[in-house]
This record gives sequence, C-alpha cells and structure tokens, in this order.
Amino acid sequence: MWLLYLPLVIPALAGAAARPLANRLEPRQATWLLTSATVALAGCSTAALALLAAYAAARAPFLAAVGDYSQAVMRRGDPISAAAGSAAALALASAAVAVVVMLRNWVRALAESYRRAARLPADDGIVVVPGPAIEAYALPGWPGRIVVSGRLLDRLDDDRRAALIAHEQAHLDGRHHLFAAVARLAAAANPLLLPVARSVEYTVERWADERAAAVTGNRRMVAETIGQVAFLASPRRRRTTGISLGMIGSRALLRSAAWAGPVPRRVAALLVAPPRRGRTILLAACAAIVLLAGISALEAASDLHALVELAQAAGS
Amino acid sequence: MISRQEVPRVRELGPRHESGGSPREARRAAGALESEILAILRGASEPLSPGDVRLRLEPGQGAVLSYSTVVTIVSRLHAKGLLARQRAGRGFTYTPVDEVSLAAGRMTQALGNGTDHDAVLSRFVSGLSGRDARLLRGLLASDLDPPADEPAGERE
Repeated sequence: MWLLYLPLVIPALAGAAARPLANRLEPRQATWLLTSATVALAGCSTAALALLAAYAAARAPFLAAVGDYSQAVMRRGDPISAAAGSAAALALASAAVAVVVMLRNWVRALAESYRRAARLPADDGIVVVPGPAIEAYALPGWPGRIVVSGRLLDRLDDDRRAALIAHEQAHLDGRHHLFAAVARLAAAANPLLLPVARSVEYTVERWADERAAAVTGNRRMVAETIGQVAFLASPRRRRTTGISLGMIGSRALLRSAAWAGPVPRRVAALLVAPPRRGRTILLAACAAIVLLAGISALEAASDLHALVELAQAAGS
Repeated sequence: MISRQEVPRVRELGPRHESGGSPREARRAAGALESEILAILRGASEPLSPGDVRLRLEPGQGAVLSYSTVVTIVSRLHAKGLLARQRAGRGFTYTPVDEVSLAAGRMTQALGNGTDHDAVLSRFVSGLSGRDARLLRGLLASDLDPPADEPAGERE
C-alpha cells in the first residue's frame, strides 16, 4: 500500500529538484512548469491525504451503517493503521485551514493593490515617490503601476532606468504575481512544496530580467543595474570585505552563485548567454514525476473504491 | 519619512551666510521663504535650479538672499519630501511633488510593513546577505562577457 504514500513523498523530490531546474531552464518555461507542477503535486498529495483519512473513517461503525457495508470486511482489507489515518485527517484539516487563510489574505492584499493603483496617476504607468527609500516595485492593478522612489532614479543613468522600468513592466505585462500566488497556495497545502514556490518567485524575476535584457539589448548592463540597486538598498553591505574573490575564476563564481541568494543568481544568469528554450529531457522527467504522483493517487482511490464495493457486497 | 536629525543640520547652515539681521529673524523668515519658494516651483513649467529660484524671487528679497540660503531651503523642502530633484550638471534642479505622489509615498511606507503584500508586490531586488554581497562584487568585477542579445521584441 506504499502507493498511497507516494504522492506525499514526491513533493520533497520536487522541492530538491526546483533550484537546479530554475537555474537551467528558460525562465518563462520554468515558471509555467514549476507553477503547474506545484498545483498538480499539491492536488495529488491532498487527494492522498483524503484517501488515508477516508480509510480511517471507514472503520467507524456509524459510517458502516449509513453506507450499508460490512465493517468486518472493511477492517480486514484496510491497509492503513488507525494512527496513520487520523494523522492524515489532521494534516488534511490543517492544510485546508492554511490554504483558506492564505487565499483570504492574498485576495485582500490584491484588492488593496488594485484600489491603490487606481488612485495613482496613470500617464505612463510610472509613479515616482519622494522620500529617502531605495525602492522599486510593480503594483498590480487595472492598469498596474510601476512605483519607483525618486532617490533611486536619481542614482541611475538613463540606460539603467530603462532596464529597471522594463523589468517591472514585464512583471505587470506577464501578471507574474499570479504565478507566485498560485505556487504559494499550493505550498500552503503541502509545505514540502515550499522550495518549489520560492523557485517560482525566482523564475519570475529571471523572466523579467530576460525581458529587460531583450528590451535594452545589453545583458551586462542589466546585471550591473541589479547589482547597483541591491547595494543601494542594503547600505550596510556596500563596504563588505572578507575573503577576496579576486583570485577566483569566473567559472567558480558562477558555480557558487547557483547556490547563493536570488540577487547573485540573477546577476550570474545575465552574465552568461541567454538560456535556450527546450531541454526536452528535463521537461519529460518533470512530467513523468508529476504523472507518477497522479497515477499512484488514482490507483489508491480505485483500491479504496474496490474495497468499499467488496464490503458493501458482504454487508447486504 | 525623514530622519529627524537631518533637518536641524541643514537649518544651521542657512542663516550664517545671510547678510544682516539677527539669527532669530532669519529663522522666522525661513518659514515664510519655504512656502514662497514652494509657490515659485509650483508655478514654474520646468524644473528649476536654486539659481533660477533666486532670480524669480521678489526683487527685494532676491537681493537679500544669498545663493546658499536658497540651496538650504530647497534641500530642506526636498528632505521633507515636498520637492523632487534631478541631477543637472554639478548641481540639482527641483520640481514640486504633487499631491498624488505624496500619497504614493505614504502608501509605499504602509506597504513596506505588511507581509501579505509580499505576495502581491514584485520588488526589484530582495535583501543581500554578506556572502551574497561578496559574490555579487566578484561577479560584477569578473570578465564574464555575455554575448549580445537578439534585438528587442523577438523574445518574450
């Protein structure tokens, strides 16, 4: 009956695979792939939890009476211990609560964002805010707005401003906040999917970076803009010293960036050739894993169905 | 929005350069001058440098006010978030910040506080750890030279 547990374990596998996939695949493709994989895997693991809980529930005398099946046959054929079944029911309930709470908060935040965007001037969709903050973000709305602090714009030359605006415009045009939100919701249903949801947040940034590189036609300049803004936004890091990286070759730098935070990863990705679309083998492997989770959940469901039918035949 | 230490520091600079008048008088005048200079900038059709502002002041005051006093006042207005500035040559030119942008500034602060908004907003850069900062410095200083991209519009 290990099939029943497979959909619960596969998300951990996906969590481990998410970062290498996000590093290798073309960002738009990676975003779609990882987002749909989180949804599919969250669905499968929730179905598996529901099945485990159903096995536990089927032992209850009350349900046996209502469903008109033989409790003895049910218990004999039941592959799940009562403890496992109850744990699954508990996990299912907490997943449902987590998803509902997150969905409610997200809808509120999005409604707030739309309201605020509607109140901001729409001339070219760019709102410059005063004050000392170094800040730039895309505010989803109808239409969305790009909010940039004047202090940040002051520090950037024209090319870098163009790169920044193209990046944020790509977020709005591609509705990137939806991908991130869907992946987060899926991760709320199954926390093992959290690394995949984080990778989606990273791939939408990469997607917007690649768009900025295409618009400005200068990958290195976009990379330098990200670096400059990151240092401006974290003033404490500006004078970071420590081990000298001067002696390390660029290949080694790229290798360590693959396991670093999002900013060096994005910069490293822009300093090499643009990623190619395709990579059929990777895509096929992902599809196979998701399919495996789906098939095992379905297989377990039909097992339960067969058992209930058997018990019903014995009961009547 | 503005740190409280900034304003007094700027204020000390101004009156000292003024010719004549007690410091108290100069300070009192500064409050009135702020609104007058703000009115000049709001009435102007283009960004103004402190020199332009000084020329547009009432002839009587323009003669009294030194250039550095005007610079002091516009910097103070900038620190308060009432003026936006753009670099022009070695100095800055100033434009008034409209009401909507002021509201947007307050909104940015409000958004920065809520964690829910992280799910909605796409920030340009996230935080930088010490290790990330070193790595970033190394990457930007490296001789990695990406090939030229295809022209805009072909890729999505």
